[in-house]
Amino acid sequence: MSDLAIRVEDLGKQYRIGQYVAQYRTLRDVLVEMASAPWRRLRRAEDRHARETIWALRHVSFELRQGQVLGIIGRNGAGKSTLLKLLSRVTEPTEGYAEIYGRVGSLLEVGTGFHPELTGRENIYLNGAILGMRRTEIDRKFDEIVSFAEVEKFIDTPVKRYSSGMYLRLAFAVAAHLEPEILVVDEVLAVGDAQFQRKCLGKMSDVAREGRTVLFVSHNMSAIARLTQDTIVLDKGKVVYFAPTPEAIDFYMTSGLAQQGERRWGAGEAPSGPFRPVALRVVDSRGRQSEQVMASEPFRVEFEYELEQEITGLRVGIYLSTSRGEPVFTSFDTDDPVAFERHTSRPAGRHVSRCHIPAHLLNEGRFVLGVNASSFGIRSYFTEEHALTFSVDPTGAPGSHWPEARRGPIRPALKWEILEAVR
Amino acid sequence: MSQLSIGRTGGPPAPIILKPSRGWQGINLRELWRYRELVYFLIWRDIKVRYKQTLLGAAWAVLQPFLTMVVFTLFFGQWIGVPTDEVPPPIFYYAGLLPWQLFQAGVSKAGVSLVSSRNLVTKVYFPRMAVPLAPVMASLVDFVLAFLVLLGMMAYFGVRPTVALWALPLFLLLAVVTALGVGLWLSALNVTYRDIGYIIPFLLQVWFFLSPVVYSASVVPQAYRWLYGVNPMAGVVQGFRWAMLGAGQPEWVSLAISAGVGLFLLISGAMYFRRMERTFADVV
Repeated sequence: MSDLAIRVEDLGKQYRIGQYVAQYRTLRDVLVEMASAPWRRLRRAEDRHARETIWALRHVSFELRQGQVLGIIGRNGAGKSTLLKLLSRVTEPTEGYAEIYGRVGSLLEVGTGFHPELTGRENIYLNGAILGMRRTEIDRKFDEIVSFAEVEKFIDTPVKRYSSGMYLRLAFAVAAHLEPEILVVDEVLAVGDAQFQRKCLGKMSDVAREGRTVLFVSHNMSAIARLTQDTIVLDKGKVVYFAPTPEAIDFYMTSGLAQQGERRWGAGEAPSGPFRPVALRVVDSRGRQSEQVMASEPFRVEFEYELEQEITGLRVGIYLSTSRGEPVFTSFDTDDPVAFERHTSRPAGRHVSRCHIPAHLLNEGRFVLGVNASSFGIRSYFTEEHALTFSVDPTGAPGSHWPEARRGPIRPALKWEILEAVR
Repeated sequence: MSQLSIGRTGGPPAPIILKPSRGWQGINLRELWRYRELVYFLIWRDIKVRYKQTLLGAAWAVLQPFLTMVVFTLFFGQWIGVPTDEVPPPIFYYAGLLPWQLFQAGVSKAGVSLVSSRNLVTKVYFPRMAVPLAPVMASLVDFVLAFLVLLGMMAYFGVRPTVALWALPLFLLLAVVTALGVGLWLSALNVTYRDIGYIIPFLLQVWFFLSPVVYSASVVPQAYRWLYGVNPMAGVVQGFRWAMLGAGQPEWVSLAISAGVGLFLLISGAMYFRRMERTFADVV
């Protein structure tokens, strides 16, 4: 028992769905309800309670020893963030029970409580206090925080004048210098440029090496693999797998849970017209729809759509940009003159335009896919700039034997020659 | 590792237990005390931020009651001729405005505090009571600045404080207690019912006229004085004037009622707040 850090038993959290739709009720609603049918109100409240609730998390049990670094993976809405919110005491469980031995520090979102009007120095103190640091503790680490964030020159400038990069670095620096026994980290590494992410990851592994207990939520499988020993796979609010990390990742990637990588358009989601988008998918080299692809392997982007009637001169294409919005390329299915001649007119019915993206093209990171369908110079049928995101895992990319960030959105395998210079 | 033992004193610590809480909770002052540094920093932030990017800065703390006093003196003193208990009207109004503005600023800022700190409440754990507590305490700083001007005005008009001055801290305390009580109620309600944001200005306006700021409590008929005392701010404003200027001594019965109601507001507010606290992060 002495080396136990966290014990979770049958933990569950229920949300009223109404809270997602209409965030709050107005006083008027309550008064009207009470006035119109006071006796029925209680009963209705009970009914509604049963119908319009969901369990974001249920029947979750596990134990963590001190110094253990636990990964938590699962697709969006699987309950990962809810679990962290419960453990960091932001919200209360609906059922079940957990014991936590030690101070919990959370890195749920960097920059929480930063005030734009205050200076860097003032925000370090304010943010430190919010995250649970004592003043003496902040005093002691102040210089270290400032130099980690690389904002020495601007420390007495209001943070509203900071660049977003400086702001982020400062925020992370404060949080990273927390020294709780248990550290809870939620996807903070998804922000900032690759170099900054690298720095954060480095700091994270330092923390883990110091023997602190860490719970780490991420979509980045290589970060999970690098930092954690054991991993929990969550799906629909339940623990579906709990094992050493390599096994858990393998389970997650092959079980079909990881297969997001798809955007579907429902009936009302696209403008009416002859062109109706159906789905956009990222498919990896093994033919699996996936949210993550390997930089070292080719993959495909498939756009499925339906034509109400025959369209002449249609071109369907994709935009690729980085998660920071920098365009990478634009490509259409009839860019090739031969294809353009062959598909001058497309008949009504379902079609798929499939784009093959070669191995060793993209750098590590998250990318955004947009789609466009038009007849050039005549009519644009459909366009959506942010239709789907996916990430690229750098394992096996050129130069990945050096653990460093490479600048730029692409990372092509280029031919190099090393020659003796002739004098 | 020595770093890991920060904030602890010997022995294995008791674990933090997470489980669903039911019904009414205790007010857990110990926890609030442990987070006193956070409370301090939140107060400090409120003060720091308040007059950033203003030309006149902290002078506003004085200008607000002072300019209001000038208007009141012209309207109520000169034109309408409201009796001011033999005190020069400027001092009468200014002395009434000070505790009132302390209360008003505290309530209006505390009332919306949880909603405007939504990003904190949904991301980090700390005793939520720190959030409405900070603006109430921060209003005290403005009060102190404006109070210095009151001393100057008294010197100018030749009004001397009386022995009643000893009671001043008690009236201030009652003002803070009442502001905090109302602030706790409103901030917790505002999380679920955003109507509160619209109600607060109206509520404060009505409350203002129910308190003896622009008139003297002596205009209230004797038979209704106790009822008048149900408004704690009636006791505070009248008592403050009496303590500073020696004018219009309040009646003890009505003061006791004021103090009782103020305390009731604080305790009930704190209890309601604690009861709703667990849903703040989910609802706000």
